[in-house]
Amino acid sequence: MEYFTQQLINGVTLGSIYGLIAIGYTMVYGIIGMINFAHGEVYMIGAFVSMITFLILTMIGGVWLPLALLAALIMAMLFTSIWGWTIERMAYRPLRGSFRLAPLISAIGMSIFLQNLVQVLQGARVKPMQALISGGFEIMEKDGFTVTISYLQIFIIILTIVLMTIFTLIINKTSLGRAQRATEQDRTMAALIGVNVDRTISTTFVMGAALAAVAGLMVTLYYGVIDFYIGFLAGMKAFTAAVLGGIGSLPGAMLGGLLIGLIEAFWSGYFTIEYKDVAAFSILVLVLIFRPTGLLGKPEIEKV
Amino acid sequence: MSVQNQKLDMLALLKEAGIAALIAAALALPLAGFKTFDLNGTLTVEPRFNHVLIAAVVVFFGRLLISIGQKTFLPPIGQAAGNTAGSIGHIINKNKTLLLVLLLAAAIIFPFSPMANRHSLDLAVYVLIYVMLGWGLNIVVGLAGLLDLGYVAFYAVGAYSYALLATTYDLSFWICLPMAGIFAASFGIILGFPVLRLRGDYLAIVTLGFGEIIRVILLNWYEFTGGPDGIASIPKPSFFGLAEFSKRGKDGLPPFHELMGIEYSSLNKFIFFYFLIMALALITNLFTLRIRKLPVGRAWEALREDETACRSLGINPTNTKLSAFAIGAMFAGFAGSFFATRQGFISPESFTFIESAIILAIVVLGGMGSQVGVVLASLLLVLGPEIFRELAEYRMLAFGGLMVLVMVWKPRGLLSNRAPTIRLHNEDPSEQGAAK
Repeated sequence: MEYFTQQLINGVTLGSIYGLIAIGYTMVYGIIGMINFAHGEVYMIGAFVSMITFLILTMIGGVWLPLALLAALIMAMLFTSIWGWTIERMAYRPLRGSFRLAPLISAIGMSIFLQNLVQVLQGARVKPMQALISGGFEIMEKDGFTVTISYLQIFIIILTIVLMTIFTLIINKTSLGRAQRATEQDRTMAALIGVNVDRTISTTFVMGAALAAVAGLMVTLYYGVIDFYIGFLAGMKAFTAAVLGGIGSLPGAMLGGLLIGLIEAFWSGYFTIEYKDVAAFSILVLVLIFRPTGLLGKPEIEKV
Repeated sequence: MSVQNQKLDMLALLKEAGIAALIAAALALPLAGFKTFDLNGTLTVEPRFNHVLIAAVVVFFGRLLISIGQKTFLPPIGQAAGNTAGSIGHIINKNKTLLLVLLLAAAIIFPFSPMANRHSLDLAVYVLIYVMLGWGLNIVVGLAGLLDLGYVAFYAVGAYSYALLATTYDLSFWICLPMAGIFAASFGIILGFPVLRLRGDYLAIVTLGFGEIIRVILLNWYEFTGGPDGIASIPKPSFFGLAEFSKRGKDGLPPFHELMGIEYSSLNKFIFFYFLIMALALITNLFTLRIRKLPVGRAWEALREDETACRSLGINPTNTKLSAFAIGAMFAGFAGSFFATRQGFISPESFTFIESAIILAIVVLGGMGSQVGVVLASLLLVLGPEIFRELAEYRMLAFGGLMVLVMVWKPRGLLSNRAPTIRLHNEDPSEQGAAK
């Protein structure tokens, strides 16, 4: 039971990170129907920006920790958003309205490009950073096994909940959110009634990138080690999460992220750690066989 | 009046270039502006603002040049380039047979020409493997329209089947080759059966996941696959079971040069490899050309265009897709076993996602469904990075950038060919092109 609770806590933390990345995939897929393959790399850039911010702050001298966190959060979201915007502008916008595979190939190219760009600029070696937030609560103890929830895990989970709330409010209540939902339903019609489609799509990319940046910040703090290659696997799992939850659905992305995080945590806790990636994909295949639209996805209506 | 216009234009252009430069600076600031490095065990950063400045200046002038160019000298050049490309394409289409014969003749003569040495033959074999993989994937992606992001998994299955069969049971290459194809095809059926009912992008992610699963299993199942150490000393093929390529011959087989009555050369083996992969690739190509004219090939193309219509015409989409998937996988299996025997050593490192991405890029950049396009794209994508091998770090950077640029420039691929093989009214498509 204690072990179970511990894995549950770890799984939810991991799931929050995946969920935040998955939102970027699901929104972009919802609005223009493409797999933004470079999104994992956007997350990687977010991790690098936050690590560099932390390092600069340490170099300047001791900064009050919450302030440092806030600074890193703002920096990561800001600069990663600019990257997200530029990627859309350079690699995807010229291909809008072209056939389905073209943006995907462009995205794969972009992903390879960004990975190698960061490798060239920052070096190929893994970047370790000392832990900034340490310590935590002991929840229960039995037979010498203590269940702990670290301050960092609390921080990650709370930040995710806050961001998700803000985000849901933006989508449901603001005019920007309305424009996004309109563009998602029918791009031509939205353009006819005065929605600036190009700008709405750009904003979608920016929002996705900002959330991925937060996930990057979290992973930098949580694992303390990043390298130029972390985007690939995380991106793939986040996309799996988005598909699992039902692509195009925001709560679905979060649910899928949580599920993937939990599956991974429990699998590595109870079975073999080597096959944890296999577990997530196998569950995905099983879910897709029985619910082809994902857990919370709307069924596709075919018009002839 | 015109002078004023020009001036206003310049201002606007300058402003535009300035904005672009600002964005470039913002992009470069965190990643290029600070370099992380290891100082006595702790990570620190060091500012490198000159990099940011360089990025901004390059983008400023680059943008300015492009904008001015777009107004003045680029359109005529672009038009000329477009016209030349168009007429070249037209010439290629008109003299297709002649061109193909010439290409084939060149490919056959190449190993006997003075240009042939170990290095160039190796490179040619390397390109031909990708040509074969491209043609194989073209059946799945180009003909049947199924997006497969895990094609490398079947390549891996083929390679490992040959390596394991040959090293444990001592079977010859010629027995293992068809078996590797059958194994890969059955993997295709096992994977395809549950997932082919799904539509487009779901299929993409499941195949991507499957590719990773195969790699993880190869990496971790140490007793069976040797894990990260891979499998070494995989035997080379014999000359159709008649001769061996070593100087003395072995296993009771005579040496190749004695059988043929020629002088011994260490190059013989590599020339044989070259022709072997060329034959395999050509079989794939001929097969594709032929099957397009059979009912099942027609069904693939119809399915690609409109699944709902196919369903209402009584075509079983799952079975049709499954056949395309399995046949594509089979050719990957053949290519895989050839790869294993040529390398003599395989490990999971050769079967990462990037390989799948390169093969898919070859198919799409070449122009989906175009067989010649695959050859062109393989030359570009495989030979290009190979030439710039010394610039290892920048090689993949340029590769990724090139993929984006080619897609933005020609979204349908270099030589796009999606014309259906039959038409209702017997129009000549090339005539139409000329009329335009």
